Amino acid sequence: MELIFSILIDGLAYGMVLFIISVGLSITMGLMRVVNLAHGVFAMLGGFFMVAIVSRLGLRPELAALLAAIGVGMLALPMEKLLFRKVYGRSELQQVLLTIGLVFIGIAAVGTVFGNSLLAVPLPEYLRRSVDIGFRVVPLHRLAVVAAGLVVLCGLWLLLAKTRFGINIRAAVDKAKAAEALGIDTSRVYQLGFMLGAALAALGGILGAELLPLEPYYPLKYLVLVLAIVAVGGMGSVFGSFIAALVLGTVETAAKYLMPEIASIMFYLTMLVVLSWRPHGLFGRQL
Amino acid sequence: MKTVMRKAMVAAAALCLSTGAVGAEVVKVGVIGPFSGPFAGAFGTPFRQGVETYVAMHGNKVGDAEVQFIYRDIAGPDPQKARSLAQELVVKDKVQYLAGVVFTPNAMAIAPLSQSAKVPMVIFNASTSVVVSKSDYFVRTSNTLPQVTVPVAKYALDQGIKSAITIVSDYGPGIDAEKAFSKTFEQGGGKIVDSIRMPLSTTDFGPFLQKIRAAEPESLFAFLPFGPPTYGFVKAYNDNALEQAGIKFLGTAETQESDLQALGDGAVGLETAYFYSGAHDSPENKAFVDALKKLDPNAIANPATVSAFDGAHVIYKMVEATAGKADGPKAVDAVKGMSWESPRGPVTIDAGTRDIVQNVYMRRVEKDADGKLVNREFKIYEAQPDYGLTLGE
Repeated sequence: MELIFSILIDGLAYGMVLFIISVGLSITMGLMRVVNLAHGVFAMLGGFFMVAIVSRLGLRPELAALLAAIGVGMLALPMEKLLFRKVYGRSELQQVLLTIGLVFIGIAAVGTVFGNSLLAVPLPEYLRRSVDIGFRVVPLHRLAVVAAGLVVLCGLWLLLAKTRFGINIRAAVDKAKAAEALGIDTSRVYQLGFMLGAALAALGGILGAELLPLEPYYPLKYLVLVLAIVAVGGMGSVFGSFIAALVLGTVETAAKYLMPEIASIMFYLTMLVVLSWRPHGLFGRQL
Repeated sequence: MKTVMRKAMVAAAALCLSTGAVGAEVVKVGVIGPFSGPFAGAFGTPFRQGVETYVAMHGNKVGDAEVQFIYRDIAGPDPQKARSLAQELVVKDKVQYLAGVVFTPNAMAIAPLSQSAKVPMVIFNASTSVVVSKSDYFVRTSNTLPQVTVPVAKYALDQGIKSAITIVSDYGPGIDAEKAFSKTFEQGGGKIVDSIRMPLSTTDFGPFLQKIRAAEPESLFAFLPFGPPTYGFVKAYNDNALEQAGIKFLGTAETQESDLQALGDGAVGLETAYFYSGAHDSPENKAFVDALKKLDPNAIANPATVSAFDGAHVIYKMVEATAGKADGPKAVDAVKGMSWESPRGPVTIDAGTRDIVQNVYMRRVEKDADGKLVNREFKIYEAQPDYGLTLGE
């Protein structure tokens, strides 16, 4: 019984980290149909910016995290204008080549500026403890990530379902030409959508730093992980990313408890099974 | 600093060549290592720093010969590339000695070349026992896994620890470490409660540590590669309050200097066994660290740095013995059985195996006077040979 609870708790915590990191990619891939392999670069930059803000400006970690996410979002704007816009509508290969090139540039640049070793993200004091719930101990920062993930989920749902911007995004995703005919400035929508995706990635990088440590090779190392979640959840679906992250996270966690050696295999096996059953992901649209 | 050094070396080389000094040889050494990529921070940069520190302290001349180090980059385990780099160095650049190498597959690929061309190679890292026997011209100045794992098992037994769980990353070195620890621990009367092997790509170690906590052994022995896995594992060990549950952490290279500061306060109190600590208290180490910091104030003295430093020493001795001439057998014979005081402590190159025999220290992570984390040595296991040969598989 305790084992099942442990699996659920750990699976939830792990899944939430995966969700926050991947949801930004799901939005940009679903929105602009750009295979953005450089998504991990934004996540990594989020972490590095936050550490730089804390050490140079001495601000509190929470504030630094917010500023870093916004900062990365701002950085994404010129990148969208100058680079990504060129590959909208082009073949997947061209998009992959561009974004992989960005990954390597990002890795080299961060390695040169920050050095090649791990970067530790400072946690606020109150999150450094672990809480004892009887049969086991749960680190507080994991619970904080779960809470943050739920906030992100609700926030995105509200944004997409209840605001004008959300309606514009959904229209541009479904039928871009018709949306333009109705007067929706689709290029503006893409810009803002991309900035949102990048800022979410940055937030994911910061919140997930205890699990996926920050280092220059981050974007390449966790690329497959993030793509797997987006693929299984369905491009463009926030809820899909959420479910996919929880399912994959829990399956891998359960395997770690029960059959440790094949834990990684179980993750990818699940992905295989889901995609064989529903090739567009759990909540992906048929196009 | 570095550009001044380099200019000085170029000027010295030009001077040598221009005067056509009698008997002046330029002895080239090819250093193969990961100078870019994910392993640059833990190995590549320290290799270069270790070599350059030695040159800064001893000059670049040995007798009449001038030693020149050439660096070639190989970012990871890539036997084909390792072999072709070595070949290029020997045939095109005409190096007399090879050095470096982090990964065992790379070292194994270079072995036949070293043997047939009679080119001595000083290994700065590759720590699998069998490597050094693959060529008669291989000499190792780093360590082997069994060499550092057996002392930690002995220490655990000395402390009265009766049960342990081994938890290692599921790859060659991890499995070697698991076997070496288990054998020694069981031979001493301990009980291995469970042996867990984790996938190499694991990022979330929480479940594994929870599993260990539930099994309630007296200790755990861990082995993971440097960098993110070690960081994640140590964090998870602390987050899941295993120390409070009375489960002692036993490890080897997990707290090595290039990762130590990132581990933070959670690492204080962890006990590991290894062959070098940046905080080793000896005049040789002080001189070494001072020279290293003069070269690069941000440099961290870690086991890879000292392995390269000692490797450079071995190369200089080989050049001295052959008076700068290319004579592989004579060079290697000269260093067999050689003993000296390295920054890590007293070391000897075993005359039979050409492997390094050295002290292995039990250390505990503490904060020093400046508030930085250091590995403080508190027990010495003297003159440890490579146990990979004696444990028998």
